[in-house]
Parts: sequence; C-alpha cells; structure tokens
Amino acid sequence: MPRSVIPGFGLSFGITVLYLGAIVLLPLCALILKASDIGLVQFWAIVSSPRTLAAIRLTVTMALVATLFNAIYGTLLAWVLARYQFPGKRLLDALVDVPFALPTAVAGLALTALFAKNGWFGAPLDQLGLQVAYTPLGVAIAMAFTSIPFVVRTVQPVIEDLGTDVEEASRSLGASDFQILSRIILPSIFPALLAGCSLAFARSLGEFGAVIFIAGNQPMKTEIVALLTFIRLEEYDYQAAAAIACVMLAMAFVMLIITNTVQAWQLRYLGRSGQ
Amino acid sequence: MTPKPDRAARKHLMSAPVGSGPIARRVVLGVVGIVTLLVLVAPLALIFSSALAPGLAGLLRNLGDPGTLHAMLLTTITALIAVPVNIVFGLAAAWTVTKFAFPGRTLLIALIELPYSISPIVAGVAFLFVYGSQGLFGPLLEQLGIKVMFALPGIVLASLFVTAPFVAREVIPLMQVQGTDEEEAAVTLGASGFATFVRVTLPNIRWAVLYGAILCNARVMGEFGAVSVVSGNIRGQTTTLPLQIELLYQDYNVAGAFAAATTLTAIALLTILLKVLLERLSGDEQRLP
Repeated sequence: MPRSVIPGFGLSFGITVLYLGAIVLLPLCALILKASDIGLVQFWAIVSSPRTLAAIRLTVTMALVATLFNAIYGTLLAWVLARYQFPGKRLLDALVDVPFALPTAVAGLALTALFAKNGWFGAPLDQLGLQVAYTPLGVAIAMAFTSIPFVVRTVQPVIEDLGTDVEEASRSLGASDFQILSRIILPSIFPALLAGCSLAFARSLGEFGAVIFIAGNQPMKTEIVALLTFIRLEEYDYQAAAAIACVMLAMAFVMLIITNTVQAWQLRYLGRSGQ
Repeated sequence: MTPKPDRAARKHLMSAPVGSGPIARRVVLGVVGIVTLLVLVAPLALIFSSALAPGLAGLLRNLGDPGTLHAMLLTTITALIAVPVNIVFGLAAAWTVTKFAFPGRTLLIALIELPYSISPIVAGVAFLFVYGSQGLFGPLLEQLGIKVMFALPGIVLASLFVTAPFVAREVIPLMQVQGTDEEEAAVTLGASGFATFVRVTLPNIRWAVLYGAILCNARVMGEFGAVSVVSGNIRGQTTTLPLQIELLYQDYNVAGAFAAATTLTAIALLTILLKVLLERLSGDEQRLP
C-alpha cells in the first residue's frame, strides 16, 4: 500500500480493479479463451476465407477513405475555429460534437435517407449516375460522419497554441504564404493531425450502427467485418464469431499502440518546440 | 486583437497571419461552411423533417406506438442503472490513480481507457462468451435459472463496458492538476476520508463529474452495436430505443423510425447544449489563478 495521509486507497483501488475485472477483462478473456479453443488450423480457415477477407478489405479501405476525408475537412474546420472570428462560430463549434452525441443508429438512418435514390442528396447524385447508398461509398460516408470530431479536436488546440511569432519572423525574412503553410504550419500540426487520424481510423474500423443502415450488407461487396461477426452469431456459428471478433480485437490493439506512439511523439514534439 | 491597419499598410508590414487575407478567409470559411451544411446540418434537418412529414399529430401517434414506448422505458431504465454505477466507478478510479502513487498505476489508467478502443460488436460478442449458453458461466446460470443474456442485465453490462471510461476520463485530468495538497490538509486537520471527499474534492470536480455523467447517459441511451448482440432483439421485450429504430426501419415504417429517432436526437442536442453550458461554468471557476 502506498504511503499517503489520504485515506481510501483500499476501497477505491478495490472498486476500480473489481469493476474493470468484471466488466472489461472478464469478457475479453472469455472471448480470447473461446477463440483459442478453435485450434490454429480452423482459426486460419475462418479468417482467410474469401468472405472474411473481402469484409476485412472493404472495412480497411473504406476506413482509409473516411480518414482521408476527415484529415482534410477536420484540419480546415480546426483552422477556421482556431483562427477566424465570425458570426455563428459557437454554433459551428457545437456542431462538431454532433457525430459523438448522436446515436450511431440515428446517424445511419439519416444518412441512408439522405443518400437513398429519392433522398435529398441521392436524387441529384443519381442523375449524375452515382449511387452511394448500398455501395462501398456509403460505408465510407457513414464511417466519415461518425469520426468527424477526432481530427478537429486534436488539431484545434495545436493551431490555437501555435502563436504568430515564428510566422511573423519568417514573413519578415521574405517567406511567401505557401512557404509558411508548408514549412511552418503544416509541420507543427502534423503530429496532432496524425494522432487524430489514427483515432478516426480506429473508430471507423469498429463502426457498426451507422454503417449497417447504409451499406446494403451484401456479402463480398458491402459487408463490413463487424457485421460479419454479427451474422456468424445469428447463424449460431460461435467459432467463426469468436475468431473474427478476435481479429477485430487484434486490429484495435494495433491501432491503440500506433495511436499511443503517435501521441507520445506529439508530446515530445510540443515539448521540443517549447510550447 | 491587433488593431486593423489598412490594406496597403498591412501588406507593407507583412505581418498578417497566413489565411487572414480577405480572399483566403472567404474561400476557407465558404468551403467549411458548405461542407458542414451538407455533412452535419443536413442529417439533423432530415431527421426532424422526416419525423414531421406525417404532421405533428402523426409524429405524436408514431411516438405513442406501444413498441416505441416500451423501448423508451427500457432505455430509460438502463440509463438509470448504468449512469450512477459509472459515476461511482469513475470517482473511485480517479481517486485511486490521482491521489496515490503505486506500481501498475499506468497500466490501470490504460485499462480504464481500453473500452474506448474496442468495437461495440466485439464487446457484445465477448459478453456472450461469458454469460451466454456457450459461455463460461452459461451452464451455471441456466441451472440457477438466472437470465443475463437477452435480458436487462446483459443490456446493462454491455452499456457499462462501452461507457467505462466516460466519467473517469473527465475527472482524472482535473484531479491530477489539482494535486493532493487540499485533501492532505483536510485529513491532517482531522477530517474523515468521506468528509474530505465530499467537502474538499467533490466541489472541485463537480462540473467534470456532471459532464462525464451526461456524456455517459447519451452513450448508454444511444448504444447500438454491443446492445444488439446481448439483447437478442426480442421484439417488445429487449428492444432499446436504437434497436427499435432499426426494427421499424426494417418493417418499412420509416416515419415511425424517424419519430423514434427524434427522441434520441433531442437528447443528443440537449447533451451538446449542456456541454457548452458546463464548459462555461467550469471555465469561469478554473481560470481563477
């Protein structure tokens, strides 16, 4: 027990460990236990089956597309919120939180109706010959919507803290706007942008509610990994469900390590530039 | 704010920040404004306009659907159980990791944050392998006649998993900054542990606790993936509000689905409004030196 005059270590530590053990660790251990029962050969057969591979490919590709969109839109949004004064700024700032506050099922329902053939966006896009709902593009849009706040909220404080002294110094030395943007501002926000992108990508990989409404969920075409897990469960194929869930868990851990590494780098970077 | 020099002078000084020129500013603001309207505003507008498509009376009739009413009740009960439990856990976890130094502290913090990184579907499947018929305790629970999966306890457990970090994440950074001086002083002067917590710590963190609880509530009420696995989606029994939306949508009752969605959207907008208010309240206090 640590030495401190403050009481309550035993009680609070006990509650914390018991809770995390029962609510978080026990289920995850049960899942890994179940998957380890399958046997390596069978596990590999499930994971490398064409349908699983197609689902993984679709999920990863569309998560990348969604993250790319968020990298651009999120940075612009963060820039606008950090640098400009304009009427409605508070409202815009509050709107950024909508994708986190709005339940994923509601987001999925709304996006599907927007992009359906007779929807507000779907009808004009259909005229152009572009179909979004029930295609991989719909998957990307659902993923992009649910992960909008990540890049904004990681980049916004960095731009706010950037200060204009370096910018002014470089301008007095004759740098152009483009040079200042590409050599000073972008490098300064890059670690935060990368951290935000890895959070958004991780979230997109695991997204379920918003995607299944708009995806159409055709096997091999628009079926994401999370849905395939769910379908295997409904088919009472518990081994396959456990195996695919384990793959998702492994992807989550990899993303967690990447995110933590990037964030540690970002902190070192901020420390070095003296902010 | 710096005073605004006229354009020629500003060009001469060459100290205007990048993007502050009138054209760049207008272009960037315009692009962000249009994309935001399309991406963030349009879905919200669509939800309310679709729900109101059959008229206000139609909306109310759709909201009065027995299945939707039952789903509202179930979602409310789940939140009433899960949110207080999460507050207790969040406070205990924050007290543990901010007031004491002990081996494994970093690991414990990482564990608290872990559910944030895990897909809700994985969480749901994992619970099934604990309490389901195929799970670790499944046979035992069946013998005892206790139903966890496909019933309220399972829904609550899944909600607790996905929201585990919510209160703790808001409170921990604040308590870290505040340190242990005030509590040490109180205890040294003879206050009991409980009195110290209630009179010294809690007033410092009350807004963060409330904020965490509000976020936790929004997530519990809106959770879809994890709950859809553990609830079994038994019509009229274990359908929470988000599941009811999916059910109505699959029944081609789009107006009904949007009516159910308006309640959750209203809660989401209320959550954001409270967030803005709480930030202002706690900001006023915390910016004091």
